[in-house]
Amino acid sequence: MHALSIKNLTKTYGNGAQALKGINLEVESGDFYALLGPNGAGKTTAIGIVSSLVNKTSGDVLVFGHSLDSDLAAAKSCIGLVPQEINLNLFDTVLNTVVNSAGYYGIERRLAMRRAEKYLGQLRLWDRRFDPSRSLSGGMKRRLMIARALVHEPKLLILDEPTAGVDIEIRRSMWDFLQETNAAGTTIILTTHYLEEAESLCRRIAIIDDGTIIEDARMSDVLRKLKGEVFVLSLDEPTTELPVLPGFETRVRDDGQIEVSVSEAHNINSLFAELNRQGVKVSSLRNKANRLEELFIRLVESKPRNSVVG
Amino acid sequence: MNIRLNWVALKTIVTKEVLRVLRIWVQTIVPPAITMTLYFIIFGNLIGRRIGEMAGFDYMQYIAPGLIMMSVITNSYGNVVSSFFGAKFAGHVEEMIVSPMSNATIVIGHVAGGVIRGILVGIVVTIIALFFTDLTIVHPLITVSMVVLSSTVFALAGFINAIFAKKFDDISIIPTFVLTPLTYLGGVFYSIALLPELWQKVSLGNPILYMVNAFRFGILGVSDISISYAYAIVVLFVVGLFSACMYLLNRGYGIRE
Repeated sequence: MHALSIKNLTKTYGNGAQALKGINLEVESGDFYALLGPNGAGKTTAIGIVSSLVNKTSGDVLVFGHSLDSDLAAAKSCIGLVPQEINLNLFDTVLNTVVNSAGYYGIERRLAMRRAEKYLGQLRLWDRRFDPSRSLSGGMKRRLMIARALVHEPKLLILDEPTAGVDIEIRRSMWDFLQETNAAGTTIILTTHYLEEAESLCRRIAIIDDGTIIEDARMSDVLRKLKGEVFVLSLDEPTTELPVLPGFETRVRDDGQIEVSVSEAHNINSLFAELNRQGVKVSSLRNKANRLEELFIRLVESKPRNSVVG
Repeated sequence: MNIRLNWVALKTIVTKEVLRVLRIWVQTIVPPAITMTLYFIIFGNLIGRRIGEMAGFDYMQYIAPGLIMMSVITNSYGNVVSSFFGAKFAGHVEEMIVSPMSNATIVIGHVAGGVIRGILVGIVVTIIALFFTDLTIVHPLITVSMVVLSSTVFALAGFINAIFAKKFDDISIIPTFVLTPLTYLGGVFYSIALLPELWQKVSLGNPILYMVNAFRFGILGVSDISISYAYAIVVLFVVGLFSACMYLLNRGYGIRE
């Protein structure tokens, strides 16, 4: 069964702005799905419609088979939402925030308290349970919103840029937590600006731009579309002379490091064999750009404007 | 509709609202108590002694039901408008909108919170009134039902104000420019029999007049208007305002894009 099925979804705002131009999307149950796009592409509008925060103009949305039009309450019960903006009641305690949210889904207080202990514990907030949420740091508030979204144990968890403004350590721990949640059977849809995040976590990806879906495929298939990658090599002795590497496009950087483009036709082993033959010693290597970022920019830039692909 | 789910959700909203009222009791309970004490001292005790009797009661007794009703009305309204607009402003109204509870549960939960605050404040003001005058309730059922219905009307009105409000200024416009004048002109401090005939007729267009008089009838047994007519008006307002709340919430006015 599809966790989420979107058919010909359109949204035109009151000011005439067309945020969605007939998108189609299917997310399999159990999937970890990335929805990417530049600012204003329509990601948050699409998520807003699925979670009932935005009225659609036309189209159909089914959540685990429940239509938003004819079976709204059942569809809503399946969804847990972590919105982009912090929308906590800042005067409520951490514990009440989670327990009250459970109550809105019909979960009795005793069970809600057990669930709150479980999720606040997993997200390392249990020690702060009696503190008002306004006293939490930005990262803690984001984790609290995740706990709040999970307390009714939704089958579909939607996260709209959940790690925005969160430091690296907490971001990594949130990734681990989300992977565990997905492994336990929860379908996850994620929007993020950290493309490394999408690449690390998600198995499928849709790219949305200007209200249309311009790519919707398995992450591995999408990354395969890259024709090559650019690596930055730090040399033992910085050089101003460009080593001649047949078959590779190279460039010397101002800091004495060199950039090498490795195309699909070559592999990195042959690059190192050639460097070794020439006696060039490499101390470290890094990817110049995030692979997904490179692909993302290419797809968005190559898409003809104002066309409807979805 | 899933009745069990909505029942738990309703209990959650009401509990949250009541705890909010009790948590900020210095803002919710104390100010009306101080204001009403001043009313009793100035209008009831100092000025009232010179006014003498009204409708067969000393002036302090006569205005006590109106002042109790005035505090109930303003606090029911104020609680819902500030709580629901606060939830809108901070964004946590979204928690309720994305949940499967019905819109009716959202409205009833917030209105119940407003009614409970109104009644709490009403009890406090009644206790204060007893320091200044004797009050015996002639018709308990009318007294209780009218206070609940009247606070429901204004809690619903507060909900509608919160839906339309876009900034904090918007939640004080109606209480300042509509609610307070209507209350003062609604027979709290006088019997409309004192007014010229034209102004008596104009006063009949003020819904608060019916609430204050019916409540006064419940406590003292005197009223300027027919009690059954007062009930009809108040029930009509409850039905009309609840329908308006549901219409606005179902359309997502001011909440959903």
